[in-house]
Amino acid sequence: MWAGIQELVFGRLTPADFVHDPIMAGAGIGMVGALVLAMIALTYFKKWKWLWKTWITSLDPKKIGVMYLIVSVIMLLRGLADALLLRTQQAAGGSVEVLNADHFQQIFSAHGTIMIFFVAMGIIFGIFNLIIPQQIGARDVAFPFLNSVSFWLFAAGMILINAPLVVGEFSAAGWLAYPPLSGLQYSPGVGVDYWIWSLQIAGIGSLLSGINFFVTIIKMRAPGMTLMKMPIFIWSALGSTSLIMFAFPILTATLGMLALDRLMGMHFFTSDMGGSPMLYINLIWAWGHPEVYILVLPAFGIFSEVVATFSGKKLFGYKSMVIALAAITFLSFTVWLHHFFTMGAGADVNTLFGIMTMVIAIPTGVKVFNWIFTMYRGRVRFTTPMLWFMGFIVTFTLGGLAGVAMSVPAADFQFHNSLFLVAHFHTMIVGGVLFGAFAGFTYWFPKFTGFYLNEKLGKIAFWLWIVGFLLAFVPLYILGFMGATRRLDHYDPSLGWQGLFIVAGVGVMIIAAGVGFQLLQIVVSIIQRKKNRAGEDPWGGRTLEWSTATPPAEYVYAVIPTVTERDDFWESKKKKHHKVAPVYEDIWLPKNSGAGAIIGLLAMIFGAATIWHMVPLAIISFVGIIITLIIRLTTDDTEVKISAAEVAKHELKRSAV
Amino acid sequence: MHKDKKRILRRVGQVLISSVITVLILGILFYVTQGRDVPVLDTHGLIADQQKTLILVVFALGFFIVIPVFILLFGIAWRYRAGNTKAKYQPEFESHRGLEALWWGIPCVFIIVLAIITGISTHALDPYKPIESNVAPVEIQVVAQEWKWLFIYPDENIATVNFINIPKDTPINFTITSDAPMNSFWIPALAGQVYAMSGMSTKLHLMANSVGTFNGSSANISGDGFADMRFKVNAMEKADYDTWAKKAEQSTAFMDEAVYTKLAKQSHDEPQATYVVSDFNLYNKVIMKYMSSEGSAHGSTLKAAN
Repeated sequence: MWAGIQELVFGRLTPADFVHDPIMAGAGIGMVGALVLAMIALTYFKKWKWLWKTWITSLDPKKIGVMYLIVSVIMLLRGLADALLLRTQQAAGGSVEVLNADHFQQIFSAHGTIMIFFVAMGIIFGIFNLIIPQQIGARDVAFPFLNSVSFWLFAAGMILINAPLVVGEFSAAGWLAYPPLSGLQYSPGVGVDYWIWSLQIAGIGSLLSGINFFVTIIKMRAPGMTLMKMPIFIWSALGSTSLIMFAFPILTATLGMLALDRLMGMHFFTSDMGGSPMLYINLIWAWGHPEVYILVLPAFGIFSEVVATFSGKKLFGYKSMVIALAAITFLSFTVWLHHFFTMGAGADVNTLFGIMTMVIAIPTGVKVFNWIFTMYRGRVRFTTPMLWFMGFIVTFTLGGLAGVAMSVPAADFQFHNSLFLVAHFHTMIVGGVLFGAFAGFTYWFPKFTGFYLNEKLGKIAFWLWIVGFLLAFVPLYILGFMGATRRLDHYDPSLGWQGLFIVAGVGVMIIAAGVGFQLLQIVVSIIQRKKNRAGEDPWGGRTLEWSTATPPAEYVYAVIPTVTERDDFWESKKKKHHKVAPVYEDIWLPKNSGAGAIIGLLAMIFGAATIWHMVPLAIISFVGIIITLIIRLTTDDTEVKISAAEVAKHELKRSAV
Repeated sequence: MHKDKKRILRRVGQVLISSVITVLILGILFYVTQGRDVPVLDTHGLIADQQKTLILVVFALGFFIVIPVFILLFGIAWRYRAGNTKAKYQPEFESHRGLEALWWGIPCVFIIVLAIITGISTHALDPYKPIESNVAPVEIQVVAQEWKWLFIYPDENIATVNFINIPKDTPINFTITSDAPMNSFWIPALAGQVYAMSGMSTKLHLMANSVGTFNGSSANISGDGFADMRFKVNAMEKADYDTWAKKAEQSTAFMDEAVYTKLAKQSHDEPQATYVVSDFNLYNKVIMKYMSSEGSAHGSTLKAAN
C-alpha cells in the first residue's frame, strides 16, 4: 500500500538518486549554494519585490533581453567548465581516470546541448529582444506576453538540464541522442528523459519566440521602412526566425516521438518492431542543420552592422547581401543528409546533397567579399567589435574550407565523426556565433547602459580568445587526420595523441582566461562608468536604435519615427533640418504579468514529473498551465498608459542633457 | 618626435612578442606531431589513397580562394585604417556591379568545378561498389557488439574478435551490421567509414596495397565501452593469409549460438580471439533478430532465420 502511494507520488525517484560522485556533487552543491546565497542576499537587501516587479513579471523586451543574456552567460560558464573537464580527461590520456566513461559521456552530452540551446540560442534571443524593436522603430514586440512565456519556458528548460547535477543523471547519448542508444533498451535511466524534456520545453519557447519576432518584423516596422530599407540585421533576423518557424516544429515532433518510445513503449525509432532509427537521424538533422543557420544568420547581421559603422561607410552590396541571406535561408533546408553520408545512401543521393551543401558556399562567399569591401575606401576604427570581426572572417573562412572539404561525400567518409569534424563545427559556431555575439555585445552595450566597455580589457580578452581558440582547435584538426574519433574517454597511448590533447587542453584554459577577462571587463567598466560615459550615438551609428535616448526610455520612441531611407539615422544626421516641435501622444504599454513566470514554473514541474514518472503531479501541473493561460487570456486590462504629459516631461529632460 | 619614437618602439615590441608566440606554437605543434601515425594521409589501401588525393585536391582548390580573401582582408583593413588620412574616403560607395558580379561568379566557377569532382568521386568511391580485380575477393561479415567487433569469414568458416587478417592486393567485401547501438566501422589507413546498424546490412569494399598492421575503430558513440571498440587489421601476403586461415580452422573454439550469445553481452577491452564457425547462418540471424514483430531484440537469444 505504502509502496504504491510512494510510487504514485514519487514515481521512480528514490533517495539514492541524490547521491553523486565528488565532481558532480561539487558542481551541484556549487549551483545550489550560489542560488541559496542569491536568495539570502535578496532577502537581506529586501529586493524580492524589486525582482518580481522589475524583472520576473516584466513584459518589456529590453528587460527580457537582459534576462536571456544573463542566463546565457551563466550557461556559457557551465559549458566551459564541462569543456575543461573533458579536455583534462583526454589530456590525461587514460593513464589517470579523472572521470569514468559514463560521467565523461554525460558531460560531453551536456556540453553540446547546453552550448547550443542555452548559450547560443539564449544570446540570439537576448539580442533579438534588445535590438529588433528598436531597429525597426517599434516600442515593443508583436506579442509581449508570449515573449515572457517564451523566456520562462527557456528558463525552465535551463533549470531542468542542470538538475541532474543534484538529482539523477544526464543523458550519455551525445547532444543529439541518436536511437537506439537513446531508446529504452540501451538507456533505461532518467538521463535521456532529462535531455528530451529540457529541450522540448525550451524548444517550444524558441518556436513561440521565433513566431513573435517574425510577426514583429513583418507588422511593426516604422512607417516608410519598406523591406529593402530594413537594416541588414533585421533581414538576418527575418531569415533566422523563418527558419525557426519551419525547423522547430520538426524538433518538437521528433522529441515527442522519442518520448513516446520511452514512456509508452512505442516503436517509432527502435531497431525492432518496425521502428527505424534512420528516421530519427533524418528528422533530427532536418531540424539540426537549419538550426546552425538560425544561430549564424543573426551573427552575420551583427557583423554587417559593425563593419559598416566602424568603417564609417555604407554596407557594401546591400542587395547582394539580402539575396545571399535569402539564398542561405532557403538552402539550409536542402542539405541535412550531409550529416550522415556514411549511413549507406546511394552515390546519387550523396552527390546531390554534397553539391547542395557546396552551393551554400556561394552566397556565404559573397557576404565575405561584401564585408571586406565595406572597409574599402572607409575609415576603419579598430575597436574591439572590429577585432572580433577580423577574427571572425579568418576563422570562418578556414572553418568554411574544412566544411567544403567535408561536403564531398567520398572525403567525408574519412572525416565523419572524427575530431576534424568537431574542430570544424566549433570553428563555425565559436568563430561565427560567439564572436558575433561578443562584437554585438560590445557594440550595443553603451546604448543600453550609457557607458562604454573598457577597451583595453576587451582587447586582451580578444587576443586570449584568438590564441586559445587556435591552440584548442588546430590540434583537433590534426588529430582527425590521425584517425582520432570524437567522444573518446580513453585511447591507446601508443597512438601518440596525448601531446595534441594537452595542447588543446591548454587552449581551452587560455579561452577560459579570455572569458575571465571579459567578466573582469564588465565589472571594471561598471565601476568606472562615470569615466566611460557614452552619449546617445557613441560610435557614429547608422540605424534607428541610435536615435533613441541612452539608456532607452521604457517607451523607447516618444514619437514613432518615419523612415525615408536605408540607414535612416545616418542620413538624417547629414541633413541639417530644423527641428519641428514634436507632438506627443499617450503611449500604451503592456502591463506586467506574472503569468509567464508561473507557466514557466509549471512547465518545469511538468517536465520533472514526466522525467520521474510522477503521473499525478504531471497532470496537475499541465492542467495548471491551461488554467493560467485561460485566466490570462480572458483578462482585458493588460495595458498601462503613459500620458502625453509624462512623455513630454521625460523627453524635455533628455534634450536638457 | 618623442611620442613617435615611443609608438614605434611599442609597435616593434608587439611584432616581436607575436612572432615569438607564433614560433612557439608552431614549434610545440611540430614537436607533438612529428613521427606520429597519420592514417588519413599515410594511406595503405586503394580506396584510402584516392580519398587522400581527393582531400588534397579540394584543399588546394580551397586555398585558391582563401588566400586572396586573407590578402584582401588584411590589405584593405590596413590601407583604410582610420589613422591613414591619405587613403581615399568615400562613405557613399556602396555597390559596384562589376565587383559584385565578380564575387558571385568566382565562387560559382569554384563550386561547378567542385561539383564535377564530387559527382565523379562519389560514384567512383561509393563504398557499396565492388572493387574490380582479377583476384577473388574475401568476404567478411562484421557485427558490432557491446563493445567489441566480431568478424565472420563465411567462406573460411572462421570468426575473429577485435582483429582481422586480410591478404594484400585482394578486394575485401565487408557486410556490416550491429547487435548493439549504432556504430561506425572505420579503418582510416584503408578506407573511409560506414555505419553499422542493427537489423540492417551495410557494405564497404576496400583493398590493402601493402603489408602492415592498421588501426580500426568505431566512430560513433555506442554506450559506456565505446572507446574500447578498437581493432587491428593485419594486411599480409596471400600465402601468409592462407596459412593463417588453415591454422585457424583447426581451432577448438567454436562459434555457435550459445557462444555468440555469451560474447554479445556487454564487455570492456575484449581480448583478440579466433573461432571456428559452426553456424553458417549466424550473420543473418543477428540481422533477423531485429526483424520479428515480437520484439525479440530485447531478449538476447537468436532465432532461426528464414
